[in-house]
Amino acid sequence: MNGDASVVSIKGLSKVFGKGGVSALQGIDLDVERGEFVSLIGPSGCGKSTLLRIIGDIIDPTDGEVTVNGKPARRARLDRDYGIVFQAPVLYDWRTVVKNIALPLEMLGWDRAKRAARVRDMVELVELSGFEKHHPWQLSGGMQQRVSIARALSFSPALLLMDEPFGALDEMTRERLNLELLRIWTETGSTVIFVTHSISEAVFLSTRVVVMSPRPGRVAGIVPVDLPQPRTAASREQPRFFELVTQVRESLHAVGADEVEETLSTAEEIA
Amino acid sequence: MAFRRIAKRGLVFVLVLGGLWAFWEGYKWLWERTGWSRPFRVDDLTLPHVHTILLQLGEPTSTGDDLWLFLLRAALFTAKSAAVGFAFGAIVGFVLGVVLVQFDVLRRGVMPYVVASQTIPILALAPIVVRGLGSVSINGEPPPDWVRVAVIASYLTFFPVTMNTIRGLRSADPRALELMHSYAASGWTVLWKLRVPSALPYIFTALKIAATASVVGAIIGEQTASISNGLGGAILNFNKYYVLEPASLWATNLYAALLGIGFFLLVLVAEKGVVHRAPERLV
Repeated sequence: MNGDASVVSIKGLSKVFGKGGVSALQGIDLDVERGEFVSLIGPSGCGKSTLLRIIGDIIDPTDGEVTVNGKPARRARLDRDYGIVFQAPVLYDWRTVVKNIALPLEMLGWDRAKRAARVRDMVELVELSGFEKHHPWQLSGGMQQRVSIARALSFSPALLLMDEPFGALDEMTRERLNLELLRIWTETGSTVIFVTHSISEAVFLSTRVVVMSPRPGRVAGIVPVDLPQPRTAASREQPRFFELVTQVRESLHAVGADEVEETLSTAEEIA
Repeated sequence: MAFRRIAKRGLVFVLVLGGLWAFWEGYKWLWERTGWSRPFRVDDLTLPHVHTILLQLGEPTSTGDDLWLFLLRAALFTAKSAAVGFAFGAIVGFVLGVVLVQFDVLRRGVMPYVVASQTIPILALAPIVVRGLGSVSINGEPPPDWVRVAVIASYLTFFPVTMNTIRGLRSADPRALELMHSYAASGWTVLWKLRVPSALPYIFTALKIAATASVVGAIIGEQTASISNGLGGAILNFNKYYVLEPASLWATNLYAALLGIGFFLLVLVAEKGVVHRAPERLV
C-alpha cells in the first residue's frame, strides 16, 4: 500500500495500443503527493495524455497498477475522486454557464439550494460574475476554459487532471489563466496533474516537472521546481526560473525530443 | 432594431408573394397569347386567374356554406387527424430511435423492417389500416374516422424522426462522452443529459419534414378510407367537378398548402423555444 500522502501512485505501468501494436507507455513509476502540482511534459507521442487518461480510468492500462487515493483507478472514478479539464472546454451548448458548472453536482444528487450556493462560489472563483446566464458560444475561449475549470472543481475533487487546458489559447490569455490556476490551486488545496507542451508553463506552475520521452513513452527525468510560493508574474523573471527552464529543456534534449524545438524557441523568446 | 427586422421580413414576404402572383399571371398571359401548348395548353381551365380562385372562396357550395367556410371545416378536420398522427408518429419515431441506439443488437435486426415499412405504398396500406381498425372496438364502438386517418398519417411521420433520432443521439461529442464517463454517469444519465440534447437539432429537422408529411398522410388517408369530411374528400369531390369550376380545386390546394405551412411554423416556434444553440447552428 501507499503512504497516506500519495494521491496518485503508479507502478510498472505500460500501455500498448492494438494487438501487438504500438507501445505508448512503458515501465512508468510515479507518485504524486497530496497538494502537489505535477506537470507532464514531452514531445508529441510520448504518451503524456494517455498517461493522464489512464490515471482517470478513461482508458485501461495494458499492464501495471494505478491507485488514486489508495484505491484502484476505477474505484476512484466511480467515487468521483477527480475532476478533468480537456484542451477543448467541452461545454454543453444548451446549458448556461451556471448550468454547465452544476452538471457534475446534478449527477452527485446535490439538491437545488446546495448546487446554487456552490455554483455561485465557483463563478466567483473563476471570476465570471455577470456571465452566469450566458451560453458557451457567447464567451471567449479563455472564459469557456474557466467555466470548464469551475465545472471540474465544483465538487471539490481531491485530484484535478488537466490535459493541455490552455493549449488552444493565445499567449496573453494563457499567462493570465496560469496565474488564476495557481491562485485556485492555493485556495482549494487540490492536487493537480497537468499535461503541457510548454516548458515555461510547466516550470511556472509546478512543484515538479516530469519529463517524458517518446516511443515508447517513459519517464526520462523529474525536475523539482523550488521557486518560492506563492508565485506571481515576477516569478517568471527570476534567475532561478531560467535555470529551471534550461534544466527541463536539457532533459528534453537528452531524450531526443525534436518535436519540442518549436516550443523551446518560444520559451526562449519569452525568456 | 426588432421593429426594423420585422418590417424587413414583412416586406420580403410581400415581395415574394407578389413575385409568385406575377409569375403565375405572367406565365398564363404569355402562354395564352402565344398559344404554346408545351408543357401543357394554358387556359382558364388548366390555370385559372389568381383572383378567380380567391373570388371562388366567396361562392356558396352544395352544403349551403360558402366555399371558404366549407374548406375551413374540412381543413380543421384534416388538421385534427394530421396533428394527432404527427404527435403519435413523432413519439413512436423518437422512442424507436432511442431503443435502436441504446440496444445496438436490435438495430441490425429491426432496421430492415423499418426501411421496408416505408417502401410499402401508403395507398396499399391505408385500406388495411382502415378496415383493421374498423374491427377494433373501443367501448363497444369502432374508433372514429379521424383516428384511423391519424394512424395513417403517423405512418408517414415516424420514419424521418427515427432516422434523425439515431443520427442525433450518435452525434454527441466524444469528449463530452469521456466527461460523462469521468463522472461515472449511468447510461440513462448520459442519454438524458447529453445524447438527447445533442440530438435535438436533428430531431427538429425531422419534425419539420414530418409536419408536412403528416398533412399529406392525412389527406391520402382520408381518400383511401373514403372519409369525406376533410380536405382529402374535398379534393376528390372538386376533382369530379373540375371542368365546371376549376377554381374550387385550386382553392382546396391553397388550404392544404396553408395547413402544411402552419404545421411547419408550429415546429419552428417549438424549436426556437427548446433548442438553445449558437445562432449559426440553428437551421
